[in-house]
Amino acid sequence: MMRVFAIAEVSSGELDPVSIELLNLANAIKGEGSAEAVVIGNNLSEFAGELAKHADKVWKIEDGSLENYNPEMYVDVLLQLFSREKPDVVLIPNSSRGAEFAPLLAVKLSAPIVTDIVGLDFSNGVKATRYIFQGKLLVDVLVKESESYVFTVRQGVFKDECRVEGEVVDSGIKPSASPKREFVGIVEPEAGEVDISQADIVVSVGRGIDDASNIELAEELAEVLGGVVAGSRPVIDSGWLPKDRQVGISGKTVKPKLYLALGISGAFQHIMGMKDSELIIAVNKDPEAPIFGVAQYGIVGDLFDVVPALIEKLREVKG
Amino acid sequence: MTLKIIVLAKHAADPESEIHVSADGKGVDEKGLVFDINDWDRYAIEEAIRIKEEHGGEVVVVGVGYADDTLRKCLAMGADRAIKIPLDSGMDSYMTAMAVKEAIADETFDLILAGLMSQDYNNALTGPILAGMLDIPYATAVTSISVEDGKIRVVRELEGGYGEENTLPLPALITVQSGINEPRYVSIMGIKRAKTKELKEISVDAGEGRIQVEKVYVPPVEKAELIEGSPEEIAEKLVEILKDRGLI
Repeated sequence: MMRVFAIAEVSSGELDPVSIELLNLANAIKGEGSAEAVVIGNNLSEFAGELAKHADKVWKIEDGSLENYNPEMYVDVLLQLFSREKPDVVLIPNSSRGAEFAPLLAVKLSAPIVTDIVGLDFSNGVKATRYIFQGKLLVDVLVKESESYVFTVRQGVFKDECRVEGEVVDSGIKPSASPKREFVGIVEPEAGEVDISQADIVVSVGRGIDDASNIELAEELAEVLGGVVAGSRPVIDSGWLPKDRQVGISGKTVKPKLYLALGISGAFQHIMGMKDSELIIAVNKDPEAPIFGVAQYGIVGDLFDVVPALIEKLREVKG
Repeated sequence: MTLKIIVLAKHAADPESEIHVSADGKGVDEKGLVFDINDWDRYAIEEAIRIKEEHGGEVVVVGVGYADDTLRKCLAMGADRAIKIPLDSGMDSYMTAMAVKEAIADETFDLILAGLMSQDYNNALTGPILAGMLDIPYATAVTSISVEDGKIRVVRELEGGYGEENTLPLPALITVQSGINEPRYVSIMGIKRAKTKELKEISVDAGEGRIQVEKVYVPPVEKAELIEGSPEEIAEKLVEILKDRGLI
């Protein structure tokens, strides 16, 4: 009888779809047990109702002080719930917030934790699957036997929907202490001069562009194509392009007609920001680069050979 | 206020180097791997040195496993002393955190800084687990830190370009996101000075691990259709594709 708890994610006043994905996984592994959702915050009835379509039970932990996320308070209320309702497995989104509070919960539960999982198997011991080396390899890890386990789950993986009609239970739990860390406020993204999410053609550069001075080459190509220049995290971190040009989970999501990835290896955080583009063409020196897993067309080679030739050819045909 | 800062730094394989599964199928072949300071930790050590330069204090860098080159690099960048913990904790972040906790048991500190995750195993666990073991407040994926009286103010990275501002009383633990600063290069003077700085080895008992690697393998992916030829031939084929799609 395995009780699998999924901690829902509510952000900017909305239920994040990853919450349902966690329940899909919970339902898939629960066996004769139960898939139970936990939702933390304030004014949660609507979210709890939505979660109940996918869970055997939904636990509401509602309080004005939980309006804003705080890892200490989340762990405080979850420990109260879990001291009553003994979980076998706790699933948490591998989001910015989930990945932050999950390790603390694991320490306090004395439970093993595996992060960013893409597979979970209880058929013979406890086995979790995750990526390492920024998506280049997969690893199956065996988790030591324990009373409970904590996993953070990668978004976009467990898509097979499972419908269950569950009940919503008001846990009555309130935070027991005020946290040491205090929430101050949300910082809005800076608006730039171009909105890359609105462009039909995006020429995107990664670490392979090597130097700030080479951004010009991408700009030249974007100009011939009538597109805009964007970049992956390392390019933004180096200050070669402004933050509002970043494609990825922590930047912008783009779905252009053409996404040209130049020297981008394709970390998961980047791929989530561009995988739904209509056409993806990637140029990278490394044949094993994960970007070739989402691209329709790939060129294994040096962008500094390919791009100038392409610019020339485009100028020729465009006259 | 002066601050004593502990920085966690890992000597880690670069994911951009040649990554192959080892012969036993349980690890990564050392051949072809290029090791350096974990990229996120490079930002953490830089941030610590900047805070020290502005507010005064001490920076102690701690490394688990074979970390000599990385620790020396941190000393050359400006850390005051280093602690090396000889332990192969592999992918087990719980063991790594336990080892650090034991090794710094005699140290006082105001702040612990670490990278958000390691560039090889990407667990993003050592920092927050250590904070939990030490029972101190923490924040992860931080993109700015400012020191105020007895506390720090941080912005942490959320999804979609948003951030979240928080204050934490000291002592606290912070894991930094890449891009928080522009890490300095190591100078010749820095390398010379580093030679006189203390690099102490502390052996600890980190207990048992909680995970065990069963299998490492290459992900099965459907690969893109490859376009081959000279740059001119490739350009020609690309232009054909774009024309067919009505993109030019």
